[in-house]
Amino acid sequence: MKRTLCLLLTVVMLLALVALSGCGSSKALTLNVYNWGEYISDGSEDSLDTIKAFEKWYEETYGQKLKVNYTTYASNEDMYAKLSSGAVSYDVIIPSDYMIARMKDEGMLLELDFSNIPNYQYIDESFRGLYYDPDDVYSVPYTYGVVGVIYNANVVDEADVGEWDLMWNDKYAGQIVQFNNSRDAFATAMYKLGIDVNTTDHAEWERALEELKTQAPLVKSYVMDEIYNMMESGEAAIGAYYAGDYFTMLDAQGDDVDLQFYYPERTNYFVDAMCIPSCCQHKELAEIFINYMLSEEPAIANAEYIYYASPNSLVYESEDYQEELGEEAMEILYPGIENFSELYNIYAYKNLDSETLDFVNTLWESLKIT
Amino acid sequence: MKAASRIYTGFVMVFLFAPIAILLVFSFNDSKSLSVFSEFSLHWYRELFRDSETLGAVRNTLILALSAAVISTIMGTAAAVGIHKLKNRYLRTAMDTVTNIPMINPDIITGISLMLMFVFVGRLFGAATSLNFVTMLIAHITFCLPYVILQVLPKLQQMDKSLPEAAMDLGCTPMRAFLKVEVPEIMPGIVTGLIMAFTLSLDDFVISYFTAGNGFQTLPIRIYNMTKKTVTPKMYALATIIFFVILFLLLLSNVVDKDTAQAVRTAREKRKERKGSK
Repeated sequence: MKRTLCLLLTVVMLLALVALSGCGSSKALTLNVYNWGEYISDGSEDSLDTIKAFEKWYEETYGQKLKVNYTTYASNEDMYAKLSSGAVSYDVIIPSDYMIARMKDEGMLLELDFSNIPNYQYIDESFRGLYYDPDDVYSVPYTYGVVGVIYNANVVDEADVGEWDLMWNDKYAGQIVQFNNSRDAFATAMYKLGIDVNTTDHAEWERALEELKTQAPLVKSYVMDEIYNMMESGEAAIGAYYAGDYFTMLDAQGDDVDLQFYYPERTNYFVDAMCIPSCCQHKELAEIFINYMLSEEPAIANAEYIYYASPNSLVYESEDYQEELGEEAMEILYPGIENFSELYNIYAYKNLDSETLDFVNTLWESLKIT
Repeated sequence: MKAASRIYTGFVMVFLFAPIAILLVFSFNDSKSLSVFSEFSLHWYRELFRDSETLGAVRNTLILALSAAVISTIMGTAAAVGIHKLKNRYLRTAMDTVTNIPMINPDIITGISLMLMFVFVGRLFGAATSLNFVTMLIAHITFCLPYVILQVLPKLQQMDKSLPEAAMDLGCTPMRAFLKVEVPEIMPGIVTGLIMAFTLSLDDFVISYFTAGNGFQTLPIRIYNMTKKTVTPKMYALATIIFFVILFLLLLSNVVDKDTAQAVRTAREKRKERKGSK
């Protein structure tokens, strides 16, 4: 009796284990979207809930119910790890440029069928043929941005403003914050010195390290998203970050803080783009989703929510959008889009080979220790 | 000396509760800032209840924690009863060790190894997605189980062995004796086990992170993923609500605990009295 009961229980548990593998292929139409956290208009502050709107639009257009499984990640590397583990399948992902290049090289992306994405025509010409996808077959740009320097005008002298030198100015010792990841931190020094940020020459990286070492005594701390609170409260006065994020800080700055922003001449450009990974289950559906994200209403809602610049002409030419952002924000977010591809292909990060990456990380650690 | 101990206690209290207090205060802030309190408002609470993704994550977390807690409590209690009945000393020590492994094992190892197993089994059956709600549930039961067993086992050891024997002597079937006599005796252990399993599952990040599929995201993962941009003050509002719910449950369980303790005490006294009068 007891034996049979035990056996029965074991069988039940084994069945449960087996059942879980079958669960993946459920019959209901679902689309799995994997995006950065806080990287889509989600219905807060009376904005458009893009995902809900897509589900509704799809049902109205195709007469079929669709569920979007929307999940998020915190970094390109997190997303890459999850996808390459082979544990889950996603239909749409939104990686950054260098990650797209890497995934493309490893055969992790599918070629898009642009006949399903007619709205691609609204993507500005300067976003075609960028280095990570030279033939424009794998990706549709979602946002782009440029790194600039943010400073508190109540502390910093207007005369000292300009180029990267402000971040090395010893007048402001203890009030400067620097990126807490090797690539971004080294890049500030390399742009300052005019070194190619994608060089494989070790001597050049060491030169950049020397520059960072001279800056180190002035640095208050090495930060990533802590920079928001430090700049908003006036705890730090100078730091480099993305233009879109400057406006997020501006919204929340303290009473005695006056945040300003400028672009150094050489600086970092990035593009995040929508792609379809090779584990995709519903390719056509994924393309319909991408196309929907490029249409006017969701694209504007997303751009207003994320505060990053949009490569979509339906967005940056929209009067509502321009009015919502204001003249000053438009000028900062869209600094001369004409020669974007040219600047981008020079200054954007490319995927470094693992040997160089290892070397850079060793240098970075040596900086953090001293 | 007394002053020193008071200062020390004060410091402990400050470090324990100041972060929660700050979070609580800034959840009522009108602006986004963590440095300037501009005006009292319920703005972020309104925003929170409009955010369907976050509410969905809260719902997922609760469903997962509840089912993991209930299942692991049932399995854990059964396991504890079985371990308690083992006569062979070596076998027992072996079982104790096996129970302890998932508890001592670092979360990250448990998480990765579970993920690898799920992927392996999923591949075996040719599934494109081998991680989903069920895998996450299995993972959570796995790490909750030892805690339940460790809560129930001592209660079984404390229990008077002759009680179930007496019940069976008086005509109970073994099943009935277990349900009517043993279970009420070990109930406090079962309840603490359940609560522990629930809270452990509720705030687990590492193991969930590795075993989460594409359609089921829990709250800790969602909050972690917000760090590309900043964590919105909506989350302060959510954390405040969770804090007060937990506080309420804690107070409630204290009251109930006192009541049951009182009831047990009076019942024992009555039994003693009866014994005495006989």
